[in-house]
Amino acid sequence: MSPEHYALRVNGKLRKVDAHPMARLLDVLRFDLQLTGTKEGCGEGECGACSVLMNGELVNSCLIPVAQADGAVIETVEGLGEDERLHAVQRAFLECGGAQCGMCTPGMLVAAAYLLRKNPHPDVAAIREGLNGNLCRCTGYMRIFEAVERAVSG
Amino acid sequence: MGQERIVGKPALRKEGMAKVCGRAQYIDDLTMPGMLHGATVRSSIARGRILGIEFGEGIPWDEFVIVTATDIRGENEIALINHDWPCLAAQVVNHPEEPIVLLAHADRHLLPKAVAAVRVSYEEWPAVFSMEESERRDPVIWGEDNVFKTFLMEKGNMDLAWAGADLIVEGEYTTGAQEHLYIENNGAIAAYSAEEGLTVWGSLQCPFYVHKSLVKMTGLPEQKVRIVQVETGGAFGGKEDYPSMIGAHAALLAMKSGKPVKIVYDRAEDMAATTKRHPSRVRHRTAVTREGKLLGAEIEIALDGGAYSTLSPTVLSRATIHAGGAYYWPNIRVRSKTLATNCPPHGAFRGFGAPQTLFAMERHMDHVAEALGMAPDELRRRNFLRPGQTTTTGQVIGEDIDLQHLMERALAESRYNEKRERFARENAGAGLKKKGIGLAAFLHGSGFTGSGERYLNSLAAMDMTGEGKARVLVSSTEFGQGTNTILCQIAAETLGIEYDAVEMGPPDTSVVPNTGPTVASRTSMVVGKLVHSAAVGLKKTLLASGLLREGYSTEEFVAAARTYVARYGQLRAEARYEAPPGVHWDDQQYRGEAYAAYAWAVYVAEVTVDLTTCGVTVDDFVAVQEVGRVLNPVLATGQIEGGVAQGIGWALYEKVVWGRGRMQNNQMTNYIIPTSQDIPPIRIFFEERPFGHGAYGAKGIGELPMDGPAPAILNAIAHAMGRQFDSVPLLPEDIFREMTVREPEREVVAL
Repeated sequence: MSPEHYALRVNGKLRKVDAHPMARLLDVLRFDLQLTGTKEGCGEGECGACSVLMNGELVNSCLIPVAQADGAVIETVEGLGEDERLHAVQRAFLECGGAQCGMCTPGMLVAAAYLLRKNPHPDVAAIREGLNGNLCRCTGYMRIFEAVERAVSG
Repeated sequence: MGQERIVGKPALRKEGMAKVCGRAQYIDDLTMPGMLHGATVRSSIARGRILGIEFGEGIPWDEFVIVTATDIRGENEIALINHDWPCLAAQVVNHPEEPIVLLAHADRHLLPKAVAAVRVSYEEWPAVFSMEESERRDPVIWGEDNVFKTFLMEKGNMDLAWAGADLIVEGEYTTGAQEHLYIENNGAIAAYSAEEGLTVWGSLQCPFYVHKSLVKMTGLPEQKVRIVQVETGGAFGGKEDYPSMIGAHAALLAMKSGKPVKIVYDRAEDMAATTKRHPSRVRHRTAVTREGKLLGAEIEIALDGGAYSTLSPTVLSRATIHAGGAYYWPNIRVRSKTLATNCPPHGAFRGFGAPQTLFAMERHMDHVAEALGMAPDELRRRNFLRPGQTTTTGQVIGEDIDLQHLMERALAESRYNEKRERFARENAGAGLKKKGIGLAAFLHGSGFTGSGERYLNSLAAMDMTGEGKARVLVSSTEFGQGTNTILCQIAAETLGIEYDAVEMGPPDTSVVPNTGPTVASRTSMVVGKLVHSAAVGLKKTLLASGLLREGYSTEEFVAAARTYVARYGQLRAEARYEAPPGVHWDDQQYRGEAYAAYAWAVYVAEVTVDLTTCGVTVDDFVAVQEVGRVLNPVLATGQIEGGVAQGIGWALYEKVVWGRGRMQNNQMTNYIIPTSQDIPPIRIFFEERPFGHGAYGAKGIGELPMDGPAPAILNAIAHAMGRQFDSVPLLPEDIFREMTVREPEREVVAL
């Protein structure tokens, strides 16, 4: 297959790429659009390090061929917030120790933001369930749960 | 304690903002002009002679850079302890996935096809796939006897112990391999030119280990090899030894092509080819009185080292020293060995041998208690090491420890006694869910073993940057544990300036001195102390210059430092390791001060076993520990919680399935680590007893939490089921199998 033209709205900006239809959305974000905040952990949809929002839904970008994302609205960690304009979950992860090595963090933050969008006041069980597609090997998850609770309580 | 402004407070993670914004740059996020991508052709057999290498049809081979062992200009060796680990297999292979040929190409999508098109033919030789086969020397695959290293450690006289015993209790305990499963796979980029020499950027723990190995492998002068750690996405020991391998491979391709080369493994390759925790088998034979006084122990340890010795001798050393646990043994004999098998080498993993022998010790204590008809906590209470007593190596406990107090706190926080009784009562009913509660008490030595810190002879430095920032110069690396934050807290505290006025120097061997490797729970205690000393030196220099007076603000400090740098060129202070007084070690007899300090802990696990599914859930986990001064409560808590989670994984989920020396389940789909729904509330409690020779009283912390969960959980399962399990990982199918057979009688000899 030869490259095709695709257009995606990524973090609010229209981005055009030429890519093979089966190129992974993950690779398009990382290598074509230089948005390296989204990470690859396993490449098979198990770890969630590559989590992004596509048309408002949480997906593993390693499992999405770019052809399927044509015309889609994509949100990545870079779109959550930055420095003085951090998203509440980013601020809470920083303060509560939710990020250690940082490799699961972008996907975990996107998943946490998605959870709060769907359920602004999750209890601990809902937080555990909401993040169960995102593996973390450093924290044992406790600091992450605390961070999401803090983001909820503001 | 308690007077400090910054130490002991939850200072924000130094690189935290970059991490939560997705700006932190890991190895696979980096690219260089003209960069090629590298890949590895690996052995498909466990052991044999390489007969030939064919490059198959359909691949434009003239576009590829191809490297074999004949391209190595220096030693074909990954330098660690012995000299047996080849960088690339030359004539023979000794394990599946051993690297043989390296390929590089600008288009990374071409590489998998090219790797598959390289056909290596072999004369296959017999191989060994278990410690038992290795012990039978059928065949001999390493040295003269398949044994990498042995230790014999003796204290007292075991004949007296046997003679005085009312009971002798025996047991055998085994543990499986464990995959580190850092979320970021191994990766490196290398670039070479004759003028600049070789630079390797990598995801790694120990820049100077890689430096030493690459100097030897390339034959380049030391100053022509530069190693730079980039943001590292988890390590846990898995990036202590292996980066020397992947770094060497990237270097060989870069030197041959003259272009930068990146090698980043995918998950399947990382899991199949890189190191894991050593599988173990530990046998205990214990002499005890009816009153529960431990008289002596005979402990035999065997570790599976895999095909090359790598770090196995030092892993075995720590395993041996920790084998007697947190108890006073008037007499003890520990024999240990690490054996060669034809699987990829096992290596460093958080705990470094201690989790294996402490699992055995703490399961065995419950067996001894049962044989005596005594409560598990009571047997421990009667035998805990106390100040003034000696450890297995004859080290006098000089620390003001109180293990009984730690245990009482853990029992109270977990409501152990009440639950132990209630669960036993409820479990007698017909319900299909049985509950249990179990404990483990243990210790973990901080820093390198014995003379190790003396040999390392670490050097740390501090200087001032042109921007007026105080800078910490160490080779200690950040890979999630909090090195950057802790060392900057120590420096800022000591300099008397704000935390934000201190930064880390680049982890680059051309810039920082050799502070030793980032391993062995040594960074806060040992390196932190060096940073403290260097900061004291920097401050003294500035005060002595007359540019600064006591009572200064951060702004005044920065202004004075800038003036000093403008006037004298640089402001820099160094500090070299000095052993605390009274630390002596005999490497031959294995006697003396094995560690300058120990961390101590008592953990309690509460479980439910579902007799329908044979599944085990951990419902509650209490971790009480004494790690000296806690320098940053948020980071310290995160370290313990993360270690407990890894311990739960090792105990209940993480099984490496082997087939002829190759990991069969090398993907996250079927090697299972705990998710957010598998982890109980982990409740952390610190007892703080500052250690006089650690930075602001710190001791080691990172590895300790790996030691306790597995025995505490298996002790709880035994309580729930009334059946004994002595192996981890313990999966539902293992419980099911045990439930369908009669429990064999344990060996207890009444004398």
